[in-house]
Amino acid sequence: MTIISELWHFMNARKKLWLAPILLILGLLGGLLVVSQGSALAPFIYPLF
Amino acid sequence: MYILGISALYHDSAAALLREGQIVAAAQEERFTRKKHDAGFPEQAIDYVLEEAGITLAEVDRVVFYDKPFLKFERLLETYIATAPSGFASFRKAMPVWLREKLFLKSYIVDRLKTREPGFTSARLLFSEHHLSHAASAFYPSPFDEALILTIDGAGEWATTALSLGRGGSIEILKEIHFPHSLGLLYSAFTYYTGFRVNSGEYKLMGLAPYGEPKYADLILEHLIDLKPDGSFRLDQRYFSYASGLTMVNGRFCKLFGQPVRLPEKDPITQFHMDVAASIQAVTEECVLRMTRAAHAEYGIANLCLAGGVALNCVANGKILRDGRFDRVWVQPAAGDAGGALGAAYAAWHGEMGRPRAPGEGGRDAMRGGYLGPVHDDDRIGRDLARLGARFERLDREEMLDRTVEALAAGKAVGWFQGRMEFGPRALGGRSILADPRSQDMQKVLNLKVKYRESFRPFAPSVLAEKAGEWFDLTAESPYMLMVADVTEAHRHEMTPAQTALFGIDKLNVARSDIPAVTHVDYSARIQTVHAETNPLYHALLSRFEALTGCPMVVNTSFNVRGEPIVCTPEDAFRCFMGTGIELLVIGRHILRKEDQDAALKEDYTAKYALD
Repeated sequence: MTIISELWHFMNARKKLWLAPILLILGLLGGLLVVSQGSALAPFIYPLF
Repeated sequence: MYILGISALYHDSAAALLREGQIVAAAQEERFTRKKHDAGFPEQAIDYVLEEAGITLAEVDRVVFYDKPFLKFERLLETYIATAPSGFASFRKAMPVWLREKLFLKSYIVDRLKTREPGFTSARLLFSEHHLSHAASAFYPSPFDEALILTIDGAGEWATTALSLGRGGSIEILKEIHFPHSLGLLYSAFTYYTGFRVNSGEYKLMGLAPYGEPKYADLILEHLIDLKPDGSFRLDQRYFSYASGLTMVNGRFCKLFGQPVRLPEKDPITQFHMDVAASIQAVTEECVLRMTRAAHAEYGIANLCLAGGVALNCVANGKILRDGRFDRVWVQPAAGDAGGALGAAYAAWHGEMGRPRAPGEGGRDAMRGGYLGPVHDDDRIGRDLARLGARFERLDREEMLDRTVEALAAGKAVGWFQGRMEFGPRALGGRSILADPRSQDMQKVLNLKVKYRESFRPFAPSVLAEKAGEWFDLTAESPYMLMVADVTEAHRHEMTPAQTALFGIDKLNVARSDIPAVTHVDYSARIQTVHAETNPLYHALLSRFEALTGCPMVVNTSFNVRGEPIVCTPEDAFRCFMGTGIELLVIGRHILRKEDQDAALKEDYTAKYALD
């Protein structure tokens, strides 16, 4: 949670709140990449690409 | 009050410690882990600097990281968005690292530091901007009260080039050029194209340049870089792939020059690569000179400080100096990211805490010759050598100097391990291999039998500061080997028409001066001026060599082989000595002759380290 709060404050200070939804999507996509590396999840996310 | 600066997780991790604004110690992690350009968290470097000060982490008031990870992440995201979908391969490689580690850098650093002090919290942790760290490392330890500061590197967060004004204890950033427009990355793109490794092969490209002609400089200026009169520039991204891909250049770039990327272990270096090296070197110099001239014209300040990886381009530095716009030019010896650790600590002390600054007395800088690393006393050296099975003699200072000088004059390669280790990429007489510069064969012998590296690479002289002007066209001190100047006419040898007509590597076979081992094919030399104030022992050695031979300098190359970090401990030095063609090793007052050693202790050093 701390990281989300810190990122929010950072984007606010940089006046780049427009990055938030992109960050969310990229975060989810990136998160899938992380968990899918060599794991059983990999086949399930192939359709996403 | 103590401040610990850290640079880590990209390349050249390091730690530096300030006590009341004065440098206690600074060291790169690679020297301890023996992994060249080690990017890991600098555990051992931190332990060392704390030990040097005789304190624990609990006594450190602030810890400062050298750049801002959120800003860098912002740059990455915006770049991926701007280049989507072509950057997906790079995104896929980068995201796991960021989401696992780099985005959580604050808690990562806190966790690492908690292993030393369980009560450590993020309240004592600060982050400095990358180019501010570089600028601070260039200005605060410089001898100037007021200076312009030019920092140029590959990329920090957004900035790739910054011009700042340092005055007293403050630094104000005046102008910046942002990613993807980067002079450092342009140079690295050519490093990659000519088959050298990015982030370490840039020196090789610079060393290769004098063998070629700048035939492609106009092509580079016409297609790759839009260079303005004030030195600001934009790179045509259609030719590069570093912003969104996994390589530095693309097919369009190769087509422009008419050849594919050189494969380092397969394709030979040809005249084409030498001409390309000469061309990018010429363009880099032109760009940097336009920047410094415009900065001087606009702000009218007499002093200039330099840092960032491009400030290690000592040929360009020499041209800035000779350009004469600035009265004095000072370059941070650890100009790359390792120096960011020192700069981050300084930025916190003077910037964040507002502590006043007094530039060095007598016009000297605060780097103490760059000797900021570990030292080993003679008793410990003796014990270490005995444990390793070495056969050695322990001499008094005078005899040790005499024996070293005699070996040098007899043409031997001498390992020289004395005092504190250097901070920064150059060996400055603390962890050096020395030789006689008057020998015509020495460059080849050192390259092939001692350093196991490419035969074209030049060597540098360490010269008595007070004699430098007699041998080189050098108008200022160069204590950190970061200025290039020509050998004076009086010491050059006249070339025959046949010798003048030689091309490429063949130029190496001609003795161009009285000191051929340190004279590059264009008569230039990368000079270290040696000062009695900062390294009295090394100064005494050179003085004694001059008394014996009439030559006030020696060849000085770093104590390592290709791909190996510079030696740190007597054990590292002994292993390198036993694995290479070094004939005499001098560690403190101890002298080791190769012929006395147990042959069973020899090791095959040629394949020990991955090529850089």
